[in-house]
Amino acid sequence: MAVFVIACKKGSPIINEIEKFVGFQKPANFPEPVYNFANNPITKDGVVLGRTLFYDGRLSRDNTISCGSCHIQSSAFTQHGHDVSHGIDDRLGIRNSPPIMNLAWNKAFMWGGGIYDLDLQPFAPITAHEEMDESVENVMVKLRQTPKYADLFKKAFGSPDITTARFMKALSQFMLMCVSSNSKYDKVMRKENGASFTTDEMEGYAVFKNKCGTCHTEPLFTDGSFRNNGLGISTLNDKGLFDATLIETDKYKFKLPSLRNLKYTAPYMHDGRFLSLNGVLEHYNSEVITTQNLDPLLNGNRKGIALSATEKVKITAFLNTLNDEEFIKNPLLAEQ
Amino acid sequence: MNTYKKFIHIITSIILALAISACSKKSDPAPSFDESKLAPFSIEFDNIVGERTLVLDNVNNLYTNAKGEKFSISTLQYFISNVKLSTSTGETYTVNQDSSYFLIKGADRSTRFTKMRVPEGDYSKLTFTIGVDSLRSTMDISKRTGVLDPASGHAGMYWGWNSGYIFFKLEGNSPSISDDVNGDPTGNKKFRYHIGGFGGYSSPTINNVKTVTIDLTTAGVAKVRSDRQSNVHLFVDIMKVFNGSKAFSIAEHPSVMFSQFSTNVAQKLTEMFRHDHTEN
Repeated sequence: MAVFVIACKKGSPIINEIEKFVGFQKPANFPEPVYNFANNPITKDGVVLGRTLFYDGRLSRDNTISCGSCHIQSSAFTQHGHDVSHGIDDRLGIRNSPPIMNLAWNKAFMWGGGIYDLDLQPFAPITAHEEMDESVENVMVKLRQTPKYADLFKKAFGSPDITTARFMKALSQFMLMCVSSNSKYDKVMRKENGASFTTDEMEGYAVFKNKCGTCHTEPLFTDGSFRNNGLGISTLNDKGLFDATLIETDKYKFKLPSLRNLKYTAPYMHDGRFLSLNGVLEHYNSEVITTQNLDPLLNGNRKGIALSATEKVKITAFLNTLNDEEFIKNPLLAEQ
Repeated sequence: MNTYKKFIHIITSIILALAISACSKKSDPAPSFDESKLAPFSIEFDNIVGERTLVLDNVNNLYTNAKGEKFSISTLQYFISNVKLSTSTGETYTVNQDSSYFLIKGADRSTRFTKMRVPEGDYSKLTFTIGVDSLRSTMDISKRTGVLDPASGHAGMYWGWNSGYIFFKLEGNSPSISDDVNGDPTGNKKFRYHIGGFGGYSSPTINNVKTVTIDLTTAGVAKVRSDRQSNVHLFVDIMKVFNGSKAFSIAEHPSVMFSQFSTNVAQKLTEMFRHDHTEN
């Protein structure tokens, strides 16, 4: 009996997406980016190379861990369900995987700072014992032995030579394209297609601006500063920014995260201690602890931020408008 | 005059003439200072340990510091940069910054010669930086080439987690180090000094960038000429890290990295360098 095998014509939505590549675009409702694009212009081939590297396990000692292992697109480039990430050999780190999102507007990187130039960031996870446990030099040796990279580097940078600067800048080009700016909130702000908040969302927005907006400023929903938000100190005694600066007033300060895409990025805080938004909101309402350098905004007559049950519901409704499904599903950013 | 006396006269004159010509070396005045005419010059960083030569991992022949602690050295590496020279008549020359970064490695004796090109002249003063200056430390990654390449795996002179270079790396072993958490918990009795810190990006942190100025007049001015390789021979005495004023104990400080105490160690680094002689 003859068996007819019908070969499915694989659709090429990804190729189409690349064909319409328009480069980095600043969303109309966002401020100017701070990354120095003049030193690293975004090109289609640069992004493709960067994406290939981002999802390549060769960046780790035993070739099993890629950036994409802990920065998963469906979780807005965090590691869903993991309070702290595990890297090579199942080693556990001490911090929660932050989203690769809107980095062109970041002045600082990492929960505890120390890195202020995106082109220099990958050195940290690549060389970290619990993450990829590799040397950047050895990664490049492996890349040179992998035939596809000669062509990818040539297309991106003009010649097949793999150098430290090119390697890092390619990764930056990919990461910079991870822009989340098409949530309902954004569409409302840009008055697109008659988008509008529901009553609950509208009221939530007002409460949010009043209670949270001083630190979680629009439209990035973070002011990028390092603050101590009154978390109880764990046995790890993680001092955050202090380790990178040795300045006493930096002890227990961590980088303020964006509130975009919270639907995808749980658990929350630098060590992922809160599994739900409710947990976070109740922390601000009743669990703020006076540790060294507690932020003045949380250290008033009434410690923390008073949030009634109704206010929490409304804030949650508003925060849901910051979830950006297009970001999660953008084929340009996906593992190929 | 009798022939004998005349003969003595002539011999004496010849001897005198020879003596005078032998003693007065050609005066070799410095050529006019011209920054477009560069000539070879080098500073030799000759690593020693107190009264002894540097031999790595000499476990059967340990060194002893002022605190009486015995030790061996397994790794010694440091950056030298931003070289500046001055003549006694006031001309100064700063070596082109891109070409002024050197990594001296104890394990590779050939790295002790830092070769550069400077204008011809007689230099009486030399200045250089131990480490990498703050400007370079915040430059675009494309400006980190050669020894400044942060990827250089084997050198390991870059902090991935806290963007910046390790200026001075000294590692070794000492029987005086305990096996508990205050010493080396791995039981290898290893000490590690990774001294860096350029002052920080946006908010100020510790700044361990140190400059050293050396007067060359006593031990030999550097006469740089286009037909020679003038070499300023410095001894770099690693024992000075431990000894001298503010001597510290290896057992009490077996691991010094990005910490407040690193400023104490950094201050001692400038004491290591002394000018022994110059080869012109």
